[in-house]
Amino acid sequence: MRTFNFLLCGVGGQGTILASDVLVNVGLAAGYQAKQAEVHGMSQRGGSVISHVRWGKSIHSPMIGVGEVDVLLAFEKLEALRNLNSLHPEALALINAHTIKPLTVISGDQTYPNDETLRNAFAQVTSHVEYINGEEIAGSLGNSRMENVVLLGALSALLERSALSGPELTAETWLKVITERVPPKHIQLNRKAFQAGWEAVKKR
Amino acid sequence: MKGKKAFPPPSVLNYNTIQQTRISLLQLNGANRMIKMLSGNEAVARGMWEAGVVVASAYPGTPSTEILENFALFPHVYAEWAPNEKVAVDVAVGAAYAGHRGMAIMKHVGLNVAVDSFMYASMTGMEAGLVIVTADDPAMHSSQNEQDNRTFAKFGRVPCLEPSDSQEAKDMVSAAFELSERFDTPVLLRLTTRICHSTSSVDLGERTTPVSEPRPFPRKPGKYVMVPGNAVKRHPVIERRICDIAAFAETFPDNRNEPGGRSLGIITSGVAYQYSREVFPQASILRLGMTWPLPEKMIRKFAKSVKRLIVIEELDPFIEEAVHLMGITVEGKCIFPITGEFDPRVVRESAVLAGLLPASASVPLPEVELGALPGRPPVLCPGCPHRPTFYILNKLKVPVNGDIGCYTLALFPPLSAIHTCGCMGAGIGVAHGATKAGSPEHHVAVIGDSTFFHSGIPALINVVYNCSPVTTVILDNRITGMTGHQENPGTGRTLLGQETIRIELEPLVRALGVRHVKSVAGYDVKAIEKALKEYVKLDEPTVLVVEEPCALMPDVRKHWLPLEVLEEKCNGCTLCFRIGCPAILKSEELDEKTQRPKALIDAGMCTGCEVCAEICPREAITFRPVEMEGGAS
Repeated sequence: MRTFNFLLCGVGGQGTILASDVLVNVGLAAGYQAKQAEVHGMSQRGGSVISHVRWGKSIHSPMIGVGEVDVLLAFEKLEALRNLNSLHPEALALINAHTIKPLTVISGDQTYPNDETLRNAFAQVTSHVEYINGEEIAGSLGNSRMENVVLLGALSALLERSALSGPELTAETWLKVITERVPPKHIQLNRKAFQAGWEAVKKR
Repeated sequence: MKGKKAFPPPSVLNYNTIQQTRISLLQLNGANRMIKMLSGNEAVARGMWEAGVVVASAYPGTPSTEILENFALFPHVYAEWAPNEKVAVDVAVGAAYAGHRGMAIMKHVGLNVAVDSFMYASMTGMEAGLVIVTADDPAMHSSQNEQDNRTFAKFGRVPCLEPSDSQEAKDMVSAAFELSERFDTPVLLRLTTRICHSTSSVDLGERTTPVSEPRPFPRKPGKYVMVPGNAVKRHPVIERRICDIAAFAETFPDNRNEPGGRSLGIITSGVAYQYSREVFPQASILRLGMTWPLPEKMIRKFAKSVKRLIVIEELDPFIEEAVHLMGITVEGKCIFPITGEFDPRVVRESAVLAGLLPASASVPLPEVELGALPGRPPVLCPGCPHRPTFYILNKLKVPVNGDIGCYTLALFPPLSAIHTCGCMGAGIGVAHGATKAGSPEHHVAVIGDSTFFHSGIPALINVVYNCSPVTTVILDNRITGMTGHQENPGTGRTLLGQETIRIELEPLVRALGVRHVKSVAGYDVKAIEKALKEYVKLDEPTVLVVEEPCALMPDVRKHWLPLEVLEEKCNGCTLCFRIGCPAILKSEELDEKTQRPKALIDAGMCTGCEVCAEICPREAITFRPVEMEGGAS
């Protein structure tokens, strides 16, 4: 049983907290010991959000040390870049192609890094980078707020494809944890969003 | 409270109902072992319920807020937001004097406010258990300092328990109450942000301690009336008590020796225990669940069993200094940082530098050169009703003495209108002192409604009593915003959802003797400007109450309606950029004449507060045309 160190990052309001809650419970449901740590102090005011999720046979620290992240799930491009130096070499990275400009960029004081900068920087650390447009996929399902569930679907496919996870981690395990956390009337939409994210990665 | 139903005190709640609820929950949990992922805060709340806490009182503050919020969800419990932490401790003490388990919860700096009460409670002891939760914030994720509150346990002759994960956070609540009742002492349960806000699995227990029956309030003046004649007799009692607890600490099950290799021994506590286990899987570890008083015999025995002894603890060298005083050779802060939060990397790299681990244990970093990435500091939300006040204060160029709340964010450009912020309730006093010292400008103190109720009122009384022409602006959004919308004395509703008296600010301020008081609407830029321009010229205390509910309240969200910029009217004057609203963007479109970017409004973020429209000199900002319903069918 290997250890997984997931880092989720994004911007307050993107649903990263719910996603990390799902992820830690998926770990538990799959038979791992799991821990999660979130940094959300002032994040609901549009700040950066970081959440650590760890799965393993025996997990002590809820925090991942810098440089020891095996899987990055970035909800936003600038936040992906901000956490690049936390990655282990050849870590898996799933990057949502979503731009949320901070006030420092809106004011014209600083510039938002372009996609080429992002790709080049990630290429220096790992060859396992997957880009996905979660907002667009969620939007095509009629609700762009499903972005976080789309990303979880994509993450599940990525883990499957990389053969990092074994048979203990089925799509149903994920879906059971997700549906336990959403109101009944949204269950179908969440299933669809998860499926759409899964397919987006699986088909590549 | 005439005509209003007061919440029934717990003692008169229908005992049968409590029993029934308990039974149903026992059935739920008893037969099948139930494991849930809980944050440390949720776990403490569960622990409170299992321990039969009767009265819980708190003032919200990150990272502790969710404890009381979650406790309030349990059936038939009494939980309340107090106006401040001192009141919360007094309330919990009152419950414990009356013979029922009481609990007060606060963030670390909250204990500074409550320490007077904490100290007398230590002197008197109680009739039933009293536990005070302090949630410390190493790394200052959302605090003004990173004080280590274990020092208060030592200072107050009170035991301090420190859990290392959510399971222990739950279990230590019961342990703390047992300790409290066995030794007639308050107990400090010290958490840190990483315990509060990390999630791990918890084996849920049952509600083992029944809610006690009502009993007569004790008349024991020698114990409970701390006049000098009585206090002088109590002091030796509490000194003996802490020695007795130290003896008990030797067998306290959460003080645990985990033997390993003999070359290195680690004394640790709290979340640092987890990092120690992770980084030093071979070492011997003495995990202290009680960090005050310390089990001296246990520590001596442990020290003798290893060649090199170190302490791994976040913040102060609290355990380290105590071990030094025992005459034992120990290292700690010469290896590990005294500031900030630990994680496995901090512990590992510090250990490598000190030669505790080989250089090969060091984990290299990618070190990709990224240049200066744009920061993403938290900002006042789009539609924040505090924005116009700070826009005007910036325009008036007056010194502004701020306070603790969302509005502190107005320190950032372009508003740049907070010049001091120290702690809850400080701004008004600072403005008064600066004025008395002859500061040549007119000082404005800015404080939120909840902070004003917390500790602003005495400071305003001082402004009136000692006569200074300070202008106090009370930003009244009728909720405690920063910590996520907790009720306060101005909300008109309690934590348990009961309707209650809503304390009105303007009459309150008038009653304090302030003659110049005005209430204005938060989005009325012109009215705020007019009032402040008038007040900063007056040579008397003045108070402006700026009223508007927080834009994130569910009722307010329903009425959000985005604005748009009429491109043909906008000439790129950039005035609307000066209010620092995240929904106003710079358009790619440049004005032909000025060659400056026109404004653009992000419809997904805009709430339609119309502050930008009010200050736009060209009437270029307006509501988007509403798509008319009907017709298509």
